[in-house]
Amino acid sequence: MEINKKAYGEYVKKLTPKNPLGKDMLKAFLVGGVICALGQMSTMWMMNRWGMEKETAQTWTQLELILASVLLTGWNLYPGLVKWGGAGALVPITGFANSVVSPAIEYRTEGHVFGIGVKIFTIAGPVILFGVFASWILGILYWAVQML
Amino acid sequence: MPDRKKAKDRWRPEIDQIEKDPMFGAENWEEAESAMQKRTADLALEKGQIHRRDVRYLFAGDLLGQLIATSFGTVDLEIPLFGLYGACSTMGEALSLGAMCIDAGHADRVLAMASSHYATAEKQFRFPLSYGNQRAPSAAWTVTGCGAVALSSRRPAGTCVQIVGVTTGRMIDPGVKDSMNMGAAMAPAAWDTIQQNFLDLGVDESNYDRIVTGDLGEIGRKILLDFAKEKGHDLSGRHLDCGLEIYDRQKQDVHNGGSGCGCSAVTLCAMILPRMRDGGWKRVLFLPTGALLSGMSYNEGRSIPGIAHAVVLERCDE
Repeated sequence: MEINKKAYGEYVKKLTPKNPLGKDMLKAFLVGGVICALGQMSTMWMMNRWGMEKETAQTWTQLELILASVLLTGWNLYPGLVKWGGAGALVPITGFANSVVSPAIEYRTEGHVFGIGVKIFTIAGPVILFGVFASWILGILYWAVQML
Repeated sequence: MPDRKKAKDRWRPEIDQIEKDPMFGAENWEEAESAMQKRTADLALEKGQIHRRDVRYLFAGDLLGQLIATSFGTVDLEIPLFGLYGACSTMGEALSLGAMCIDAGHADRVLAMASSHYATAEKQFRFPLSYGNQRAPSAAWTVTGCGAVALSSRRPAGTCVQIVGVTTGRMIDPGVKDSMNMGAAMAPAAWDTIQQNFLDLGVDESNYDRIVTGDLGEIGRKILLDFAKEKGHDLSGRHLDCGLEIYDRQKQDVHNGGSGCGCSAVTLCAMILPRMRDGGWKRVLFLPTGALLSGMSYNEGRSIPGIAHAVVLERCDE
């Protein structure tokens, strides 16, 4: 059977339904905004009520968000949030926590070392690797600029 | 079939067992799929009143690497096994080989079986279940289900369904690289097999009451009908797709439709065969479709070739 792959690709592209971009962006804005607003509220609460330093309060807020995401993942609620909110739920630190916890839950049955240990970073691994690598490059650039 | 996504109500009564626990009481997903296979095989033997020792061969498969659902699930059956991998086309492959085996006189009774499980397929081909992501509108939902058919050289009393022809699929690679659009990857293969079947038997679509593909879904169906139309065949009134039949797409969030070996196997056993037996359809071309990809081939940037194995099913009245 002869198929013109290029023409077929274009034909398939035309047939395949697309995500409604405007609606998806609005939902992402809402969900992402709510998560960040909650974080900001928590930080300000700790600063104003408990007299915490700003940086300490921010660290605690990050930990709270991670804990919340881990719990929501364990209770199988976080996937629903991402399904609705898309990148709004994926980009904040809660999405990152979800990407680490979900493989840990999934591969638990394959053992603590070869299951959880080996596979926990299957999704987050690239983010960590290239994140660290990018920070090196920026560090070198920063150093080079300062030398000038 | 567990009830995470339910099959359509109108033919659910023909499903022999509906299991509410997607784990099937097992420790992990893979074991659960194996348990589902064992239970289905037992049930098929029970319904056919066949002792497992009288089954010469078992042709069975699933979607997992090294066919672990099948190999572990069929240990206790102690039936000589041919493990098959045809992605979602496995039921067609199993029925074809089983029928050929019987026709050649190598066996008098064989069992053909195929299964898929949503959770094992997600784990192997996509993401952990609790990972949050958005499925593309063209993505399919893997059916958790298993179907088994007992084939025999002897005609049972009463109305029965016979396999009277086989058209084995060729690998067709239309160059689709999007693993979230498998309907588009498989539709040309489905048309190729249908076309070959028409050519081999000297027939056209009017020979069949229904032409049933495996899991093309909405997009694949459109492509198949377009391809057929181009060659002057109108399949629209006769074509059904198991992936579109098994779920209620208006109420259930399955995007392009159902998929997986279990999709066509369950639809065959719980919808097509009962309708043929009840006198509705006389002759059906049943062709499960498979997208032959792996996580590795996808990461290597390779395209997704498709395949479709057809069997001609015919009702024989008393």
